[in-house]
Amino acid sequence: MSNGRFGQHGGQYIPETLMNAVIELEEAYNKYKDDPSFNQELQELLNEYAGRPSRLYYAKHMTEDLGGAKVYLKREDLNHTGSHKINNVIGQCLLAKKMGKTRVIAETGAGQHGVATATVAALMGMDCEIFMGAVDCERQALNVYRMKLLGAKVHPVTSGTATLKDAVSETMREWTNRIDDTHYVLGSVMGPHPFPTIVRDFQAVISKEIKEELLEKEGRLPDAVLACVGGGSNAIGAFYHFINDKGVRLIGCEAAGRGIDTKETAATINTGSLGIFHGMKSYFCQDEYGQIAPVYSISAGLDYPGIGPEHAMLHDQGRAEYVAVTDEEAVDAFEYLSRIEGIIPAIESSHAVAYAKKLIPTMNKDQIVVINISGRGDKDVAAIARYRGEDLHE
Amino acid sequence: MNNRIQQAFANGKAFIPFITCGDPSLEVTEALICAMAEAGADVIELGIPFSDPTAEGPVIQEANIRALSNGITTDDIFAMVAKVRQKTTVPLVFMTYANVVYSYGVTRFMKKSREVGMDGLILPDVPFEEKEEFAAVAEDFDIALISLIAPTSKDRIRKIAREAKGFVYCVSSLGVTGTREQITTDVASMVELVKKEQDIPCAVGFGISTPQQAKAMADASDGAIVGSAIVKLCGKYGKDCVPYVAAFVKEMKESISA
Repeated sequence: MSNGRFGQHGGQYIPETLMNAVIELEEAYNKYKDDPSFNQELQELLNEYAGRPSRLYYAKHMTEDLGGAKVYLKREDLNHTGSHKINNVIGQCLLAKKMGKTRVIAETGAGQHGVATATVAALMGMDCEIFMGAVDCERQALNVYRMKLLGAKVHPVTSGTATLKDAVSETMREWTNRIDDTHYVLGSVMGPHPFPTIVRDFQAVISKEIKEELLEKEGRLPDAVLACVGGGSNAIGAFYHFINDKGVRLIGCEAAGRGIDTKETAATINTGSLGIFHGMKSYFCQDEYGQIAPVYSISAGLDYPGIGPEHAMLHDQGRAEYVAVTDEEAVDAFEYLSRIEGIIPAIESSHAVAYAKKLIPTMNKDQIVVINISGRGDKDVAAIARYRGEDLHE
Repeated sequence: MNNRIQQAFANGKAFIPFITCGDPSLEVTEALICAMAEAGADVIELGIPFSDPTAEGPVIQEANIRALSNGITTDDIFAMVAKVRQKTTVPLVFMTYANVVYSYGVTRFMKKSREVGMDGLILPDVPFEEKEEFAAVAEDFDIALISLIAPTSKDRIRKIAREAKGFVYCVSSLGVTGTREQITTDVASMVELVKKEQDIPCAVGFGISTPQQAKAMADASDGAIVGSAIVKLCGKYGKDCVPYVAAFVKEMKESISA
């Protein structure tokens, strides 16, 4: 079996042109990941620039309102640039610099990863080009301008469904075009090996902190950790240090879109099947001939037809559960958390809040649930207003 | 070793055109295969359309979309090949993506390919490290799983060449498929490295659109592969593309044979 496997998933299904690039990346990562000075530099940037550690906030009102388990919110939305994406971007850009790369390229869905990449590229003095589906450019226009403001060039991608999957395809194509000076900052725990491992390691800081913070506040581990899942980077980050703690339920919340019994869904584990795409073997939404499905979700960040290979393995093992949350439920949760705790979550993270609202009342008062608030919802306000029928444009 | 592919390289430089099946229709694809064989094509690459062809430039991406929006499936393409095999013995090689084969069932795909008379298969998203899952089954059904080498392959060329089947597909340039003004890669050195490991034909593809480029690439190897330039004609002339494509193939074959 080839490199970078998670059970039957993962691997390196990419054109020969890119093989030496991913091998070079793997070698560099193996060299630096345990290097004390690299890690010191990384930690300093995470703390001083990104604002880590992020808070683990006790959501008192939500706990009282739902009347079940105690609710904690992991505040990744408070990071610089407003989401968990910066954790991975700082790590990868630092690595790229060590490798002598002077230019970074990245895909983005909601724009969070694109903004994080443009930000760190500005900080580190690297050239930056972002590929974003034309449909997403329209629904996240403010983020497009934000990236330009940070000095990045934004390429709207019009091929295919003009959303996240097409942005990934186009960034891969661009990488085959220019490898020598360019690093592809992949934004999720997907793609060919070593990306799923590298991105997971850089995001694992989330669960490391949750564990420390909760032990300090409660002296115990949580009963469940919830996170939204598209490709799955914030979820794997929130799960990783709990995988061996069998008493902790790990729950990934997929985007059901208009429902998993409709074609307008992006719930990969709930509706997909085993396949090979974007460099990896995993589960994908596809038809019987292996054509990738045009998925749909209100959330541009979860609007992806696949899931990272490690999640696919955790699903196969039964170690993590993957549930589906509709647009309507997510929008309700978006409004709910805004009103009850004064925290506007990203529409992506709202999928996890929505499932928590169903789960928590079924649990006991002495139990604890952690919800990863992977990003802030400011970027979504106009879209949610439109969803609610208000004629509001950015 | 597949005999038909071997013979295709036995009489001078080979010209290998690529078309996307079902663009603009399977009837036209069938007519194109016969006309291209007649015009001097030595091997023909048949693209099975995929929704997200990550190794293709805009021209072939659009051909994939045109074919899929016609509702073309892998089964329809097998049926078309079975029909065209009654009319021509030209070696036929599928070119598609791993998921198309994997979702069909690797064994079922190879068995069906053999039954309808295919000779080989190119999977641009299956590198050396991942090939075993496909290569072992392909071999059982005498389908040559064709390996690619790229300008970035460097020391990888040796191990790829050692286990290559059919012919070696030498990628001429960085990036995706599509026409290019200039090809700067030292293709002759790549070919030389291959031949040191195995006496196997090498054909060069990616970026070739003119008779002069085809001649230069074929001179440095055993043949030239042309896709986008032909698919452009299919896109431009639609159902009337056959004579234009045949004339183009004839011109290219004459140029590389000169």
